[in-house]
Amino acid sequence: MKLKGWKEVTPGAVVTKAGSAEEFKTGSWRSFRPVWLEENCIQCMFCWIFCPDMAIEAKNGKRGVFKYDYCKGCGICALECPGKKGKKAIVMEEEGK
Amino acid sequence: MGKVVAVTGNEAVAEALRQVNPDVCAAYPITPQTDMMQRFGSFVNNGKVKTEIILTESEHSSMSACVGASAAGGRVITATSSQGLALMFEILFIASGTRLPIIMPVVNRALSAPLNIHGDHSDAMGARDAGWIQLWSENTQEAYDNTIQAFRIAEHPDIRLPAMVCLDGFIISHSIERIEYLDDNEVSNFVGEYKPVNPMLDIEHPVSYGPLILPDYYMEFRKAHDAVMSKVSKVVLDVAKDFEKISGRKYGLFETYRLEDADIGIVILNSAAGTTKDVIDEFREKGIKAGLLKPRLYRPFPYKEIGEALKHLKAVCVLDRADAFGASHGPLYIDIASSLYPYEKRPILINKIYGLGGRDYMPGHAELVLNELVEIAKTGKINVVKEYIGVRE
Ligand code: SF4
Ligand code: SF4
Repeated sequence: MKLKGWKEVTPGAVVTKAGSAEEFKTGSWRSFRPVWLEENCIQCMFCWIFCPDMAIEAKNGKRGVFKYDYCKGCGICALECPGKKGKKAIVMEEEGK
Repeated sequence: MGKVVAVTGNEAVAEALRQVNPDVCAAYPITPQTDMMQRFGSFVNNGKVKTEIILTESEHSSMSACVGASAAGGRVITATSSQGLALMFEILFIASGTRLPIIMPVVNRALSAPLNIHGDHSDAMGARDAGWIQLWSENTQEAYDNTIQAFRIAEHPDIRLPAMVCLDGFIISHSIERIEYLDDNEVSNFVGEYKPVNPMLDIEHPVSYGPLILPDYYMEFRKAHDAVMSKVSKVVLDVAKDFEKISGRKYGLFETYRLEDADIGIVILNSAAGTTKDVIDEFREKGIKAGLLKPRLYRPFPYKEIGEALKHLKAVCVLDRADAFGASHGPLYIDIASSLYPYEKRPILINKIYGLGGRDYMPGHAELVLNELVEIAKTGKINVVKEYIGVRE
């Protein structure tokens, strides 16, 4: 995205476009990546509720894929995930490995 | 036409605020607040103004409430003084950086410690670089007139910045003078209806205030603020022209008094300018060409215009009612020196610190300064550049 010059910025840094946080991609901060193991998923949606960002897709009442553009790798989803029979449906993997 | 009254500076400014009829006033009700807000509060309680008043537990909170009310889309005022302004400091930058045209009369008083709330410019000088407009007033009439004009300047679509209207503590705020009030309808026609920009209460057009701006954008917002500052002078002059039409009183970026043909001059802010003008008259009668310059728009400082007005003088003394500890000189001196620096031929400059914490500034002080300037103009020699006057050894 081309950065705006000082003549183009909104006075007082007021954001006039609703939902524009979607354009602000923060996924590059991540050092650990959550990986979804669908076979252990019970569709409880805990991960979706607990994610402090909006980095987990939900469609038709079902958990979707991770939106890595926004995932900061905090690990909250992996911690909260109950999984199936003691097996987590989210595991954290170090980025770059 | 309006009516002639005998009122204090605080009464006059409270009356101006009543005539403007702002939407919201958030103020801290206890010292260092003055009776200006007490009087305005009475107007609210007696149904003389429709403003919603919010009494807060501190000035930090009153400025915060002002920011919220202004972002919501209201015409917003507060007033403060001394430590109160100091306590607002953090939020002053939020108001200006968010470009909210809040109007705030500041009754200029000293900062503690030692504890003192008498006339002194340290409070407003401490906030001079907070991105606000500052208009300074010599007397009650100017404080009243500046308050009314401040709304038009701050709310101008090219500007949208908050503004302080400064008047001297006690000397003006608590002393009775004869002034002229405008009619209520003249004032409300002059300031016009408030037009909010991106108000939060416009639910058809949702907006967010106060986003995090990272290093990739912060400088662009600062540069934009700087650029807006450079447009203020023109708006101040345009508004002054319109104000003259309803009041008959002329205002500029600064006032000059017998300065055009002067050899020596004094630069001084607010009430002490009145005393100094009398002494300048006495020197003129003796055949000494003395003059005076009194800044009105102090932020943004009209460097070019002031430099032009002073450059022909032989010697100038800048009198500061505040010190800038550890800086080369008092704050006003530093601005005047910057205004004159571009000129190869410029007056010799000296700086006196006077009147701190309500210490009286007497005609004798102006005489001493003018006599020293006569000597400097003759010999070209300076004894000391910065000096406290009216202080015991
Ligand atoms: S790691 Fe944190 S940010 Fe990423 S999806 Fe899980 S909860 Fe959301
Ligand atoms: S918390 Fe775990 S089990 Fe529940 S929906 Fe998310 S991934 Fe599936």
